[in-house]
Amino acid sequence: MTVESTAARKPRRSSGTKRAAGASTRKTAAQSAEPQLVQLLTPEGDRVETAENAEFLSYVEDITAEDLRGLYRDMVLTRRFDGEATSLQRQGELGLWASLLGQEAAQIGSGRALRDDDYVFPTYREHGVAWCRGVDPTNLLGMFRGVNHGGWDPNGNNFHLYTIVIGSQTLHATGYAMGVAKDGADSAVIAYFGDGASSQGDVNEAFTFSAVYNAPVVFFCQNNQWAISEPTERQTRVPLYRRAAGFGFPGVRVDGNDVLACLAVTRWALERARRGEGPTLIEAFTYRMGAHTTSDDPTRYRRDEERAAWEAKDPIERLKAHLLASGEADEAFFAGLEEESEKLGKRVREAVRSMPDPDTMAIFENVYADGHALVDEERAQFAAYLASFEEGH
Amino acid sequence: MAAEKMSIAKALNESLRKALETDPKVLIMGEDVGKLGGVFRITDGLQKDFGEDRVIDTPLAESGIVGTAIGLALRGYRPVVEIQFDGFVFPAYDQIVTQLAKMHARALGKVKMPVVVRIPYGGAIGAVEHHSESPEALFAHVAGLKVVSPSTPSDAYWMLQQAIQSDDPVIFFEPKRRYWDKGEVDVEAIPDALHASRVAREGTDLTLAAYGPMVKVCLEAAAAAAEEGKSVEVVDLRSMSPIDFDGVQRSVEKTRRLVVVHEAPVFLGVGSEIAARITERCFYHLEAPVLRVGGFHAPYPPARLEEEYLPGLDRVLDAVDRSLAY
Repeated sequence: MTVESTAARKPRRSSGTKRAAGASTRKTAAQSAEPQLVQLLTPEGDRVETAENAEFLSYVEDITAEDLRGLYRDMVLTRRFDGEATSLQRQGELGLWASLLGQEAAQIGSGRALRDDDYVFPTYREHGVAWCRGVDPTNLLGMFRGVNHGGWDPNGNNFHLYTIVIGSQTLHATGYAMGVAKDGADSAVIAYFGDGASSQGDVNEAFTFSAVYNAPVVFFCQNNQWAISEPTERQTRVPLYRRAAGFGFPGVRVDGNDVLACLAVTRWALERARRGEGPTLIEAFTYRMGAHTTSDDPTRYRRDEERAAWEAKDPIERLKAHLLASGEADEAFFAGLEEESEKLGKRVREAVRSMPDPDTMAIFENVYADGHALVDEERAQFAAYLASFEEGH
Repeated sequence: MAAEKMSIAKALNESLRKALETDPKVLIMGEDVGKLGGVFRITDGLQKDFGEDRVIDTPLAESGIVGTAIGLALRGYRPVVEIQFDGFVFPAYDQIVTQLAKMHARALGKVKMPVVVRIPYGGAIGAVEHHSESPEALFAHVAGLKVVSPSTPSDAYWMLQQAIQSDDPVIFFEPKRRYWDKGEVDVEAIPDALHASRVAREGTDLTLAAYGPMVKVCLEAAAAAAEEGKSVEVVDLRSMSPIDFDGVQRSVEKTRRLVVVHEAPVFLGVGSEIAARITERCFYHLEAPVLRVGGFHAPYPPARLEEEYLPGLDRVLDAVDRSLAY
């Protein structure tokens, strides 16, 4: 039932000639210790119910056929939205897009584990989590079109703005969680980040702070194997989830392409946080099927075979196989979803194309909450400059 | 209550105490701020009186301190964080510049960042490397931040109150060599606006503009110049972002000469900006170019050289003479 670790099996890309022998020995040691993933649904769509999984299985016992269809719908619509955004970038409507293709299960599984009063700190790729939080997908596109730096009210859906500086948000999540604990609330906080971010000082400081203050935060690392062109071996010598042990809290590796397992493991971690047991690190082992962003060209650094191997573990296909085999969804469901998907695509296209450019003077808006004399002066000067063209023809 | 005489350190301590008393959302965070009361004792006794939940000893990680303060602010708290020394702020510089400064704007005003970052700064205490720096220009350059520095106990008390009440992030530079200087503090007074300059000494022949630790040096220079029959006005800028250019302009239109003094390196410093702006605003009033006195474009020197490196009475008076010679 183990999904092999592609990253760990890849040859080191640039181990120096002098150190090759030593590096090779260490790799073998790490490889032999490669753990099993928590998996509740195989790539073929079969449920996994083993003694090892028992603890996590109990967290999805309540999941009905309707819930499964809901998770499937979330993933399909998220992928559709994501594909639409990629197309819109190609058409010149967006300046950039960071696709989540392949990571739908990790995001929908974890996103659906959250309560409304939990708080999310995303990277810039959490379109599926945003979907679960009820953030309108068209709101995510403003920053990629270049009309704003984030077009939603973070407190509207307890979904913070996308953070582009890698790993910064893990500290914000930790601080927010410290506040939750101070308030005596039983909600929790989840911080998303990736394998690349795990190397950042901020992420390691977030682990430290959350541990010493026992903050109710879940660190959800989507290890999608690639930080732009750098494979996970460039970030770590141990499986990422094991880093948690050194900070004094549990870490678990979950099949990131298994929506049910991601839901179960995240629920488990959130419950720990709510019970006052502190932080948890979840490493969702998944794969970035597309490029890092639309500006990237993955053919320069990774092989087609690798992608093909992961395609066989597709998160949506495996749930579809399960729904079909179990009879928990019929053709009418899939047809209806296809129709809904088309509608979403149309809505997204129209929303982007009709998205107005901001007013020029928006440059000066919201720089400060309480105002600032220099901003006022420059605003007035620039307005006068612009007006001079109108008056003087 | 009548005005009370106290040191800048005590005034800051009293101000923090007052903030903790009046607003349950105010938190103090930093390295050694709890039992020890901070390495300069600015938070002395506060943890004892307000508890470990509100006066928080943090792990030794500056980015973590500011980053978690941002998260706490998002949750509705008003963190006042202490960076132990000026030279140690840089691990937090990323969080301050890319996150703290921009959060309000990028959220289109929907979140506020009432975070105060207190930094003891400046030299003349005989310290080792990284303990004597003046990095204020590096923060004043960043839109979204406000940057202030008190020079008197009264300003220390009131400006910290105002910084904590501000919904914007404020970098609060404390002139560490003046921590033990005493002055009157009236805790029932109506304070000056946080970002307004103040005429610290009136004069007619030349304006010295300074802030923080250099205000005292400039007042001494003005006193010395007076003995030579020169009437020097001293403007305490108090705020480096925004800078009260109107206040400086008023003074320069009267005196027609300006010298800006700070410990920080002259190159691209606060004085450079003031020179440019005042030249634009007061071109026809000026009898001399705006001069700057400050640190050199060199690493802050070992302590045995800092007396020569730092602007003192003589270097300020030399600039006064050069300006008056035009």
